[in-house]
Amino acid sequence: MAFDKMELRDIEVWDGNFAAAQALRQCQIDVVAAYPITPSTPIVEGYAKFLADGYVEGEFVMVESEHAAMSGCIGAAAAGGRVATATSSQGFALMVETLYQASGMRLPIVLNVVNRALAAPLNVNGDHSDMYLGRDSGWIQLDAYNPQEAYDLNFIAFKVAEDHDVRLPCMVHQDGFMTSHTAQGVKTLTDDQGYGFVGEFQPMNDMLDLDHPVTHGVQTEEDWHFEHKARQHRDLMLNVTPKIQAAFDAFEKLSGRKYNMVEKYEMEDADVAVVCMGTSVETAREVALEMRKEGIKAGVVGIRVYRPFPFMEIADALKNVKAIGALDRSSPNGAAGMLFNELAGALFNTDTKALLSGYVYGLGGRDLTKAHLRDLYKELQSNVDAGKVTTQLQQFIGVRGPKLAFL
Amino acid sequence: MSEMKKIKNLKEFSTSADRFEGANLLCPGCAHSIIVREVLNATNDDLILSASTGCLEVCTAVYPYTSWDASWIHIGFENGSTAVAGAESMYKALKTKGRLKQPDRKPKFVSFAGDGASYDIGFQWISGCMERGHTMMHVVLDNEVYANTGGQRSSSTPIGSSATTSPAGRKSYGEKKNKKDMVSIMASHGIPYAAQVSPNKWKDMVKKIQHGLSVEGPSFINAISACTTEWKFDPKDTMAITDLATDSLVFPLYEIIDGHELNITYRPKNIVPVEEYLAAQGRFKHLFKDEYKYLIKEWQERVDAKWAQLQRREEARV
Ligand SMILES: Cc1ncc(C[n+]2csc(CCOP(=O)(O)OP(=O)(O)O)c2C)c(N)n1
Ligand code: SF4
Ligand SMILES: [Mg+2]
Repeated sequence: MAFDKMELRDIEVWDGNFAAAQALRQCQIDVVAAYPITPSTPIVEGYAKFLADGYVEGEFVMVESEHAAMSGCIGAAAAGGRVATATSSQGFALMVETLYQASGMRLPIVLNVVNRALAAPLNVNGDHSDMYLGRDSGWIQLDAYNPQEAYDLNFIAFKVAEDHDVRLPCMVHQDGFMTSHTAQGVKTLTDDQGYGFVGEFQPMNDMLDLDHPVTHGVQTEEDWHFEHKARQHRDLMLNVTPKIQAAFDAFEKLSGRKYNMVEKYEMEDADVAVVCMGTSVETAREVALEMRKEGIKAGVVGIRVYRPFPFMEIADALKNVKAIGALDRSSPNGAAGMLFNELAGALFNTDTKALLSGYVYGLGGRDLTKAHLRDLYKELQSNVDAGKVTTQLQQFIGVRGPKLAFL
Repeated sequence: MSEMKKIKNLKEFSTSADRFEGANLLCPGCAHSIIVREVLNATNDDLILSASTGCLEVCTAVYPYTSWDASWIHIGFENGSTAVAGAESMYKALKTKGRLKQPDRKPKFVSFAGDGASYDIGFQWISGCMERGHTMMHVVLDNEVYANTGGQRSSSTPIGSSATTSPAGRKSYGEKKNKKDMVSIMASHGIPYAAQVSPNKWKDMVKKIQHGLSVEGPSFINAISACTTEWKFDPKDTMAITDLATDSLVFPLYEIIDGHELNITYRPKNIVPVEEYLAAQGRFKHLFKDEYKYLIKEWQERVDAKWAQLQRREEARV
């Protein structure tokens, strides 16, 4: 091979962006087609530098928009090779058409999404509006809460997406700035371990197999469209979860780091639980411990696999709690929050009597403080004590002005 | 370098092995299929193809059928060029990494798109592909209208044409804007090869396709594609209409090498009046009313001026 391996320390100090870029390097991507946008830019810059320094081989195509970035990724993936890119926010929004095309065409592309608010008003900071926008796009979606996980989940993403029984693209989400630009200790894999885990890319229906021409991206109308979409959904519901579990298991064997569909924290005997994603999971974990010292049996459920949504695992994780707070970092704009709705759906026909309330927080990078979470846990406890939700079902927390609550 | 096919006559050309099947849903008399066959039959090289959303795409890859016996991809309306650019990038990557399945064969990368997909919605994507220098060819099937969606105007629709979004009516002669000069715009990217072709002049076309496919870097081809449905003529007259287009110089045939060296490649022996070209098509019928006849005169003047300009550019070699 005509590129050099990199000697990494066992623990490197990396932010989430660089951790993702390092994972892409170790996975030896064949084609990256990309376009810059804050806060994800350093991922593709990092990759470009690795290429310039001879630490990877392949093509880096600096296109003229995010729509073209994903279009190029689709063409490259259909041609038959390992493909990845990164984006955020407006770039993600511009990509949305192609996200559906990539997944409908069953192409195993890995997209790092560094989550950021959506304009207007323009805002470069972290929230989950872009993540929610791609919710139904047919991609597998994994959520990292810190740089270590942004690194690890990229390996998992390739492993699952490229599996011939899956063949679906996969997003790895991380919080803009809070993860992407916050340096922490990241335990590394060696180059051989990392590449060994994902393995050599195994093409399928590759356009570049010149002896076996293939047609990609056909037309289907009412006669076949439904079957194709249903098949894709079926595969997400039935095939993907065991593959993710197998990848988590294999990764644990390799690294000692264990991942789960939902990440339970202090949930064994919890009365009140917060369900959230991204960096908020770690803040909530700290606060849960503090609440326990004060006699409130608090727990946290972090969503690790956001699509396919871990319906059963969530219901199981929450089956014994008495009150649940669903935290949505995206404005629902005229509805209940997405997590609130998903949880309600997961729990509705179960035996649980848990009280469910929703919180909208952290839009445009507004901090979710420990004080917010303490109040929230106390509120959940008072719901338990009262035997009913004592507030309105949907509350905005951390926003200035008179209290905003609905439903 | 690619192995260029030697084609002696039309019979030989029309009977060479087809990688684009006649089994498709394009209208009888549609020039799209003629152009695609001429492009594909110009080379023996392996091909990686794309089509942008439009008549060609919806009529040739309706699941579970395909008319394509070469690898082919469709993503969307605006991004067919970038699909091929992505595939070409993968080819380069796998070549470097020694992972090509047939390392001795060098496929050609060609994207087909309508005028809507090229002049309008896909303009930026094509410009990006040309600017970045992918070794690929973009072919416009220029029927001067959004045919697939029922005949709306595009920026290739010529003045006076009646399109559904710029219809001729009691107070309108139809489209008000002149056709965009896409070949010049693309040539201005400094690409090795840009040309205008017409399927009736098949030898000229084959030569240009072969030239475009033999260069390192991007090439751009604008092909006139008579649309029986939207131009409103009898399906049997496709070639007759196309003859009128090239022989009236409404659609002049030329090439631009390296962004500057312009060669006119067809000089009609008998130049036909523009009026004859217009009269043969329903989309211009209203121009023959007394109050609009001045438009026909203006059109002739525009064609004459463009022809003179092309000749000046050819002479000047700039
Ligand atoms: C993003 C997007 N916008 C609009 C359309 C609808 N649409 C599909 S094909 C088409 C027109 C195609 O025109 P052209 O590119 O000239 O090809 P033709 O059908 O004339 O060959 C339109 C408007 C679409 N498919 N996608
Ligand atoms: S509408 Fe025109 S371009 Fe479309 S298939 Fe028919 S003749 Fe061809
Ligand atoms: Mg058209």
